[in-house]
Formats: sequence, structure tokens, C-alpha cells
Amino acid sequence: MRLLDGLRCCGHRSGRGARQIGLRWFQSLLLAATLFAPDALAQSRNDGFLAALGELREASFPDKEKIVERLSESGHPSARPVLTALLEDRLYVRPQDQKIFLVKSGDDSLASFELVDPLSLRDAGSSPRDALTKVGTNNSLRKLLKLTVARFDLSSPASAVRLAAVEEMLRSLDDASIALLRKRVGVETDAGVKEEIETGLALAALDSSDPQARLDGIATLAHNLRQQVRNRLAGLLEQSADGGFVERDERVRRAAATAVRAIDRSRTFYSGIETLFFGLSVGSVLVLVAIGLAVTFGVMGVINMAHGELMMLGAYTTYVVQLAMPRHIGASILVAVPAAFLVAGLAGVVLERTIIRFLYGRPLETLLATFGVSLVLQQLVRSIFSANNRSVETPAWMSGTLQLNDALSITYNRLYIVIFTLIVFAILLIVLKRTRLGLDIRAVTQNRAMAQAMGIRTEWVDAMTFGLGSGIAGVAGVALSQFTNVGPNLGQSYIIDSFMVVVFGGVGNLWGTLVGGMSMGVVNQLLEPYAGAVLAKIFVLVALILFIQRWPRGLFPQTGRAAESQ
Amino acid sequence: MRVARRLWSTLADDPGGAVFLALLLAVATVMPALNQVVPVSSALHLSTYSLTLIGKYLCYAMLALAVDLIWGYGGILSLGHAAFFALGGYAMGMYLMRQIGRRGVYGNPILPDFMVFLNWQKLPWFWLGFNHFWFALAMMALVPALLAYVFGWLAFRSRVTGVYLSIMTQALSYALMLAFFRNDMGFGGNNGFTDFKDILGFDLHQDGTRVVLLVITAAALATSYLACRAIVGSRAGRVIRAIRDAESRTRFLGYRVESYKLWVFVFSAVLAGIAGALYVPQVGIINPSEFAPINSIEVVIWVAVGGRGTLVGAAAGAVLVNYAKTFFTGALPEVWLYALGSLFVLVTLFLPRGLMGLVSRPRRPLRPGDALPATWTDRSRVGVSAGSKTK
Amino acid sequence: MSRTHTFLTACLVAAGLALPAAASAQGTIKVGVLHSLSGTMAISETTLKDTVLMLIDEQNKKGGLLGRKLEAVVVDPASDWPLFAEKARGLLEKDKVAVVFGCWTSVSRKSVLPVFEKDNGLLFYPVQYEGEESSKNVIYTGAAPNQQAIPAVDYLMKEVGVKRWALEGTDYVYPRTTNKILEAYLRAKGVASEDISINYTPFGYADWQTRVAAIKRFGSAGKKTAVVSTINGDANVPFYKELGNAKISAEDIPVVAFSVGEEELSGLDTKPLVGHLAAWNYFMSINTPANKAFINQWHAYIKNPKRTTNDPMEAHYIGFSLWVKAVQKAGSTDVDKVLAALPGLEVPNLTGGTAKLLPNHHITKPVYIGEVKADGQFDIVWKTAGTVPGDAWSDFLPGSKDIEADWVTLKCGNYNTKTKVCSGQNYK
Repeated sequence: MRLLDGLRCCGHRSGRGARQIGLRWFQSLLLAATLFAPDALAQSRNDGFLAALGELREASFPDKEKIVERLSESGHPSARPVLTALLEDRLYVRPQDQKIFLVKSGDDSLASFELVDPLSLRDAGSSPRDALTKVGTNNSLRKLLKLTVARFDLSSPASAVRLAAVEEMLRSLDDASIALLRKRVGVETDAGVKEEIETGLALAALDSSDPQARLDGIATLAHNLRQQVRNRLAGLLEQSADGGFVERDERVRRAAATAVRAIDRSRTFYSGIETLFFGLSVGSVLVLVAIGLAVTFGVMGVINMAHGELMMLGAYTTYVVQLAMPRHIGASILVAVPAAFLVAGLAGVVLERTIIRFLYGRPLETLLATFGVSLVLQQLVRSIFSANNRSVETPAWMSGTLQLNDALSITYNRLYIVIFTLIVFAILLIVLKRTRLGLDIRAVTQNRAMAQAMGIRTEWVDAMTFGLGSGIAGVAGVALSQFTNVGPNLGQSYIIDSFMVVVFGGVGNLWGTLVGGMSMGVVNQLLEPYAGAVLAKIFVLVALILFIQRWPRGLFPQTGRAAESQ
Repeated sequence: MRVARRLWSTLADDPGGAVFLALLLAVATVMPALNQVVPVSSALHLSTYSLTLIGKYLCYAMLALAVDLIWGYGGILSLGHAAFFALGGYAMGMYLMRQIGRRGVYGNPILPDFMVFLNWQKLPWFWLGFNHFWFALAMMALVPALLAYVFGWLAFRSRVTGVYLSIMTQALSYALMLAFFRNDMGFGGNNGFTDFKDILGFDLHQDGTRVVLLVITAAALATSYLACRAIVGSRAGRVIRAIRDAESRTRFLGYRVESYKLWVFVFSAVLAGIAGALYVPQVGIINPSEFAPINSIEVVIWVAVGGRGTLVGAAAGAVLVNYAKTFFTGALPEVWLYALGSLFVLVTLFLPRGLMGLVSRPRRPLRPGDALPATWTDRSRVGVSAGSKTK
Repeated sequence: MSRTHTFLTACLVAAGLALPAAASAQGTIKVGVLHSLSGTMAISETTLKDTVLMLIDEQNKKGGLLGRKLEAVVVDPASDWPLFAEKARGLLEKDKVAVVFGCWTSVSRKSVLPVFEKDNGLLFYPVQYEGEESSKNVIYTGAAPNQQAIPAVDYLMKEVGVKRWALEGTDYVYPRTTNKILEAYLRAKGVASEDISINYTPFGYADWQTRVAAIKRFGSAGKKTAVVSTINGDANVPFYKELGNAKISAEDIPVVAFSVGEEELSGLDTKPLVGHLAAWNYFMSINTPANKAFINQWHAYIKNPKRTTNDPMEAHYIGFSLWVKAVQKAGSTDVDKVLAALPGLEVPNLTGGTAKLLPNHHITKPVYIGEVKADGQFDIVWKTAGTVPGDAWSDFLPGSKDIEADWVTLKCGNYNTKTKVCSGQNYK
């Protein structure tokens, strides 16, 4: 009964369980027999393999799953390459002679595919794409394929591959996997892989009839933070319908309860860290979009309603860069960052020279004019690129998760955005504090007339400052393109948030923007699990409004004569 | 009698206003005639569609008046006035929803359709009373007033001014928008209120009702104009203008600056609320996107295009910009954003006093270094000293 | 004073321009197109506008209708719901169009509904929606919940063996209604309430980390879990990106979406989505001669061989064919005559079958489940045996299971079969 339960939980259908086991034993017996007649049997093995492959052509998805099982049990040396090819959509049929081939690369953009013979694994010429039909897969077939390939990978020379294989097997632990793990644990040399194998065996031990074995299993699993482990241990504490416990032995139950409590404590701790990280990543996005605005708004007193659209220009630059270098997506982001800075910065300088220049001292007029510009920019992008969203690919080095432990995983793209934000902030700070341009900017901000008297070309400085702020907006757009839509409305979603952050942090103060943005992000994420996304946002806004009542100049107000106000 | 004489003298000083009121009178009499009396086949017949459109424009004009009052005369730039407009609209909407009664999709006499759909068993407390028109009428004015009072009291007391205040008003309207979009709030969520049947017993879809609504809107607009003109012309109005030009100085002269600002803000919110309430039965739908911050910015642009600090200009700006919007989305749907965007930029650069500036000032556009007229020196900027501008 | 004069004249001219424009060109039949060409919905709706224009073009090449040419009247309601009502009124009263093809979101449809009913217009609505409505003046060529959501859930339950359900939706009426129906359906099939998790997020929601982490937790309880997504519009992109980043593959927790089609996928990096599902009544990858011809026609018209086709486009194709056939049958474009001629008409669809217009103003549609491929197309993994007739009033909701819509015999869109009362839109 337990065995079938295990099978049922792991995606196999219950009716097939017993039949599978029988089939497998029969297959193994047959295999043993063939060892005594290598040549003749090798030939018949090849035929059997080919026959099974042939059946893949017309089979339904459930039948394909059975065939895959047969292929994996066959022990044929081509089994693994063929199954890997099927998993990666690289198995094709040539309709003219009904032969099955592997192809070297399944890239749809190639006009012809290079074929590999499934039996000998040697090159078999090439064929135009249109002359081949793919052997299709669906989700459950792919799941089974991953498992069978993992079983093969258990004996791979690379430890990383073995680790991945064990993890895949742990997701759906069945008898065959357990048997393989048992065989492997003795010869495994890598410590990390061995630990995972022992976890798997301990999970299997929880099903054993010997209470001591179960206790030992729990002892091994006690500090394992895997969700699956926790589920199994908690499952031991369940009560069945009649009130009695599923787990009869009292000691085992106690051990399980202790283990579960310890695991839960750890998981809560790590979950807190995860929330903190989420907060920092949301906050860093806020900082990134606000920092350009902090420069133009805080330093120059210009309300730039087109700030969002400058970010959109940066995002579209990323898209165009990726169009220009489709085979180097990994490097595309690195190219896109300076490109976006230049494009948006240039747009900003043009904006300043043609429109903003005439509107200094009149922030409301700049608001209106830049609002008009934002409408024009949106429509421009719609006309050039179409109103649809554009797809921006995430490079391989930025996708995926950093698994710190079983309870804490951090997505790479968010991590990089946090780091990126800090770098941008640092660069901006250096520019403002240590370069000549920065000195000029600060001088003009504090006392324009005096700066002019000292010989600083204030008009040029204005243009450069605006260009700097806009360029940073463009760079923020590159970051945004990685996790949100790239469309004409990109800017609209972030403009309000940018203003809030700048006002909260204190107009004219970069550190204020950093602290303000990060804290807003963290507070928002802390509230979200309890109140839901919308209420959390509303709460942050209302808190901000009230905060400004008490500290009207923000977190880090400007001081001195420069902070002239009503 | 004294009121009439006051009125006459006010108008005599104010030719723009007189023209404006005359125009309103013409609209309120001629348009209904063109719709009701003139036969449908004639080229001069005004379709109900156009009638409703004009009514909508007039509501927007009222909203623009409200914004001009606090901005043009008070120097308070509120980027969230659409929130008050929408609140008034929702109050009217709640009344109209209660009026649907059994004629809704689910046939429930008390609960509007969206509540039945959400499986609510009874009306939430804030809906009680809205089946009475006088209550709804009171709420249209009171709710925006209350919100404006609380917000204003907190803001002005802490001396939040200038851009900070503007951003805060944006935050307020944005928060309200998020809140009203939630289905759980009890305001219809994203769908808002729609499918109204009648108001005070009159079928909303009948031409006659629409005509009456138009006339009422025109009357409300005229009254608001006169009220605003009265405020602005009075002693209090002069104090308000003083606050706009030199707040600290006014405070030191002994005037309670916070009170003046607060009361003009509240009054302006009430005007906006009433405008919203008149808007909803004519347009037939109220929806949380009315709270969107972009809507508030558009109102400011109407006032800027028309002419800030001149009530007539604000109203004219609202009508003209919205007419342009209707025209462009009909004639050139794919390029209307270009047209509108450029309109804003050009008006700001070349018509800083708005269209009223064309009427009463020389046409030379301002250049950097020009002396700014005293009536609209903007002192609300933070962070840059008055370098190339005069005081 | 002359300045004031100029100003006055300007005002009068403006007022004068508000008067209606000249009458329409004699002889053409006007077809209104009410789709957003700007704003948030432009992404989806601009394609539909182009589809209608293409269909009109095609019909004119065949000689027009009733001997007259068709003329398109295109307006842009700019994703602004009050503007939808205004533009609809303009189309019906000013332009006097014979029929309107339009709307996408339920809000836009609900806001134009009173206008169409008052002015007795005819609207063909092409998008899948939540049901709970049947108007005399609207023909619903998009899927009702029983033509999309229910079959998808059936597929997941039976073919994939899903036991735990996460219903993720955007917070508005279509996901709310669909999830209500699905929850009732799942409970009726014996799923426990702790195995159903329902959550709503606002439009354009981009910060999916917390939510995706919660889904991952929900899905690690040991039972096969699936996500039924009624997330609409922009929020889909960051959602799928986050799923990919969190390494939730389709084999672990499949996501079936009702608002993600070829058009939406074209704006996405589809690598993390491979294997996830969508349920529609039409897919571009369905291999029939009718579909191939339509796709070729579309590519030629839009002058871009990379453009995709999708379900709402097929709905407009069906709707347009129905309208043309009804007008020819009735011999006139008068709305009442066309409405009388429409029920019972059958036209071919693009997937090798036919679509029939039922008395409740819905059509019969086949249901397909597709898995996302890396190239943005779908692999069909399942389909219904025949077509499913659209049911306006869901049989799984207590408030609507007794309600029936029938515009032929009962002449009522909201007829309660138990109390024998017609409520709501009440036409006899």
C-alpha cells in the first residue's frame, strides 16, 4: 500500500504502479539473460531499441511515457542521448522513410538540421527543416524524461551534474530511484552529492517497517530545510480519520515533532531574510527610478513629468541593442547600459535646450511642458515600435536563482539590480562630489548668480545636469526592462513612485533618496503578506503623506541659504 | 437689491465675465432649443450626443474654475483635484445605483448588482441613506469638503507648500485610486457604477432629462463663477492673493494664513465635488480611473491653456482643450497624442498667460531675462535661487 | 476691445463646430469600429481594428453588401471607459452606423451597453468574458466561462491529475466571476477548500516576488498543483518572468492562462514559459486550410509576415460573417431585422468547423488547450470532441443557474425559469 501511495504522490497514475513493477522485473530478468549471448543479443537489442523508437512516431502521450520507460530500462548505450534529445525537442522523424533521427541543434532559425543516427550516434548527413517532423512532448512526458535522464546522470563524471540528477530524483522518489541511490551511496566521492543521496535514502527510510530505521531517518533529516522533507515529517504526525495517528510509534512521533519545530523555526528565520531581500530589491528599483529625478528636481528645481518616458527610452534602447546583437544576449545588457545613458541623456539635453531652458524659475510651467513632451514621446514610440510590448530577453547570467540553502533562494536578476543600483548611486555621488562638473553643478544650485560671476557657464552646466539626470533615467530603464513590460506605458507606472521617493528623502539630497527608497520598499514588502499588495501600497502612501506633515522637508532636508522656500 | 447692484458692479468691471455669463445663457437656452424644437432632419439639429458632450465640457469648466481659484489666486497647486471631482461623482453614483432597485441584473431591490455578485448580504454602512436625494446632495459636497479639510489642515498647519504640496496631493489621489479599484471596498471596483436608470424619477436616457441636466449644469457653472468672482473681489480675496505672492509677509502682517488657505481649499473641493456630481448622470458611468493622477494634471493644463488667475480663462481652457480632445480622437485617432502634447508645449512656451493673455496682453512671447508680471511670480520653487529672474 | 472680439469669435466658431457634421456619403453602409487605439488596451485592441478593416476590405472586393460598399468609421476611445460610451453614442447617433465591432474589457462593454440599448444599435463583442449578461443588442462571439475556463479545469483534473489549485487573477469582474464559477465547480467535484487558494492583484502589477514565493510554497505540499491564471494585460509579463526566475517550470506547477495568446506572447521572452498552458477556442498553429488562408490574408494586409493571429480575431471573423449573412438574409441593415435573422445562422470558423448563433446571442465554439512553445506558438495538447454552446448564465453559480437567456421565444436576456420572471433588460 505504501509503495503505491508513494507512486501516486509522485505523478504516476495508481493503476499502472503494480504493472510497472512487474514489467520492470521482467525486463531486468531478460537483460540478465542477454549477458550470456552478447552478439546475437546485441543485434536483437538494437532491433528492439529501434522498434521502440519507431513506436514513438505515432504514439499518444501516455503511450510515449511507457515507451520512454522501456527505452531507459533497455540499457542500450544510445538510450541516454536519445532521451535527452527527446527532452530538448531534438528528436525528429523523416516522413519519407519514417526514420527517426537526433538533430545536433534544434534552433528554429536554421534552414537545415544536421542529423545523427540514434543507434550508432554517428553523423547521418543533413536535411532541410521542412522535410522533418518533430516528435512532440507534453508536460508530464517531459517530467518523466527529466527523471530518467537524471537516473543516467547519476553516474556522470561531473559532480555538479550528479548533484542536479539527485535533486531531480528527490522530487519524485520512487523505487527505481531509491534502488539506484542505494547503489550509488557507497561509491559517491563528492560530499555534497553524498549528503543529498543520504537525504533521499532517509526519506525512503521513513517508509520502513522498523521504527529504529525510521528514527534514524528522522535524525538524518532533522536539519534539512527542504519543503518536501518537512511535509513528510509533518505527515508522520497526521491523524487518520478515526483519531489514531498514522505513525504508531510514540518515540518516532516525538522525534518527528521536534524535527518539524526546528525546521519551522529555521524556515521562518530564512523567510524573514527573504522578505528583507524582497524589500531591498523593490526599494532599489524605487531608488533607481528616483535618483535621476533627484538630480533634475532636487538640484535644478525642474519638475520633469517626462522622466518616466526617458526611462522608457532606456528600456527600448535595450530592446534595440538586443535586436542588433541577437547572438550575444549575455553581453547585450553591458552594451545597453552606456547606450541607454547616451540616448536618454541626449534626449534630456535636447529637451533642456529647446524647452526647459525658457522655463527656469517656473516649475509649474515645466510640469506642463514636460507633460506634453511625455505624451509626444509615448506616441512616438508607439508609431515607431507599435503599441505592443516588446520582448526583452534576460541574459543567461542574470536568470535563475541563487540557492543559498533549501529555504532561501534569491533570484539573480533582483540581486544584480540591487548591486547595480548601488553602483549607479556610487558613481553619481563620485561625479557630484569629486568631478569638476559636479562642483559646477553644486555651485549653480546653491547660488546661481555667484557661480556666473565666478565664470561658470551656467547654461552649459544646466544642460549637462539635465543630461545627467536623464541619462540615469535611461539606465534605470535598462534595469526595468529586465523584469517588467517594455511598452509605451512603462514610464507611467513609475512616475508617481519616483516623485514620492524624492520628496520623502528630501529634495536635493541623494542619500535621502537612497534611504527613502530602500525604506519604502522594505515597508511595502513587510506589509504585503498581511495586507495584500494594494493595501500595502495605500498604507505606504498614507504614511508618506502623514510623514510629510511632520517633517515637511523630507528625511534629509536641505539646509542653509540654498534651501529657500515659502 | 443690494446683491443685484453688487452683481452689476462686479460684472461692469469684468467684461470677460460678462461675456462668459452671456455665453452660458446662450448655451442654456439655444442648445436645448436646437435639440428639442428643431426637427431631426435639419442640419441645425443638435444631437443628444452633442448635448451630452457640451454638458460634460461645462462640468469640466466648473472643475477648472475650482482649480484656478486655489492655484491662480491662491498659489496652491493641487495635482489631485480630480479626486474631489470623483468623490462627488461617486456620491451621485451611489444615489443612482440605489435608484436602479429591482431593475438590475439580479433583481435585488436593495443591493446593487456588484454586491450581489460578491455575495454580500447587506449594504455596508457607508451606503445607508443614499436612496434619499437630499442625503446624496449633501454628501456630494460634504465628502470632498471633509477630505479637503483634513488634508488641508494637516498640510497647511505644517507649512507644506509648493512642490511638496503638489506631490502630496498626487499621492492622495493615487492612494484613493488604488483603494477604489479594489472590489472589496464596496464601490464597484474596476467596473465602477454604470447602467443608471433614472434620477429623481426621470429617465436618464430621455432627451428631456438630458436637456434639464445641461441647463442645471450651466446654471451651476454660472453660480460658481459668480461665487468665485465674489470671493476673489472681496477683502478675503486680496488676502489670498497676498498669500500667493508673499506668504511669510502676510503671516507677519497678522493674517491667519493657514485658515485662509484652508477655507479656500475646502471651497474649491466642494466646487469640484459638485462638478463631479453633475458629470456622472450625463456621462452615465463613474469609475476609479477618474481618480488617476493624470486626470488632475490635465485639469491644471486646461487652466494653464486658458489663462491662470483669470476665472474665465480657466473655464474657456477646459472647454477648448476637451473639444480638441474630442475632435482629435474622432478625426485623427492615431495622432491625437502628438497634437495634444505639442499643444501643451507650445502654449507653455509661447502663451505663458494662456489664451486670455492673447486677449489682454501684447503678443510678444516671454524671453529669459524678462521682468515677470507681478501677478504671477512663482515663489514656490525650492532649491534654486532667483538668479536670472527679478523679484 | 478688438482682442475680446477675436476671443468671442473664436468661442462662437468653436461652438459652431460642435454642431453635427454633414450627412454621410450616399450609398455606403457604415460599420463602426470601437477599439482603443491608445492607452493601456491599445496593445490588444489595435489588432482588432485592423482585422475589421481587413474584413471590410475583403467584403468590398466581393462586391460589398446589398449592392452597396461598406465604409469603416474608426474612433479611438483611448482605453477610457466613459469615452467608450461617448464614442458609442457618436457612432450611433452622429455617424448612424449599421453595426459596431468593438470593446474588449468588460468595463468598456458595460459602459456602452445602455447606449446600445437606448439607441437600438448592434454590437459584436469578440473577447472572452465572464458571462452573467445577455443583451438584445449585443452578439457575444467570445468565449463564455463554460467555453474556456471549465474545459481547462477539466483537462487539468483528468489528464494532468491536479489536486491543488491556485486561482490567480487581476482584481476586476472577469477574474472574480470566473474564479467564483471555478471555485463552485471544484467544490462540486470534491476538492477541499484548503486545496483552493484565490488571490487578486491590481492591474499592471509588476512585483511578483512575494506572490510567486507564496505559490511555490502552496505547491510544495506534496500534491500536484496548478495555477489557473486570469491575470490580464501587462501584469502577465513580470509574472511569467518571475516564475521562470524562481525556477517553477511547467512540469512542476503548470500555469493555465485565459488571457495570454499569441499576441501577448509576442511581447514576451518565451523561454521561461515553455510548457505552460493556455485555453482558447482558436490557435494560430491549428492546421486547417481556412486558417492558413486567413493567416496569409492577414499577413498580406498588414504587410508583415511575422504578425500573429489570435482568438479575438477569429471571433471578429465569425461575427462579421454572421452579420453579412444576416443582412443578406434580412435584405436590410435595419437592426431589428438583422437581429431577427441572426439566431440559427451558421458560418464556418477557422478551425475546420462551424459556429452557430444561439438564441442567447452566444455561439458554439470548440475548446483547445495549448502548451507554449519557445517560438511563441502553441502546441495543441487537447481539444473538446465537438463544439461547446455558450452559456451566458453559469450553471455553477446559485444566482444564475436558474436563469436563461432567449431572444427568440422568450425575448428576454434574464429569464428566471423558477420564478418565471424576466428581469434586467426587459424586452417583450
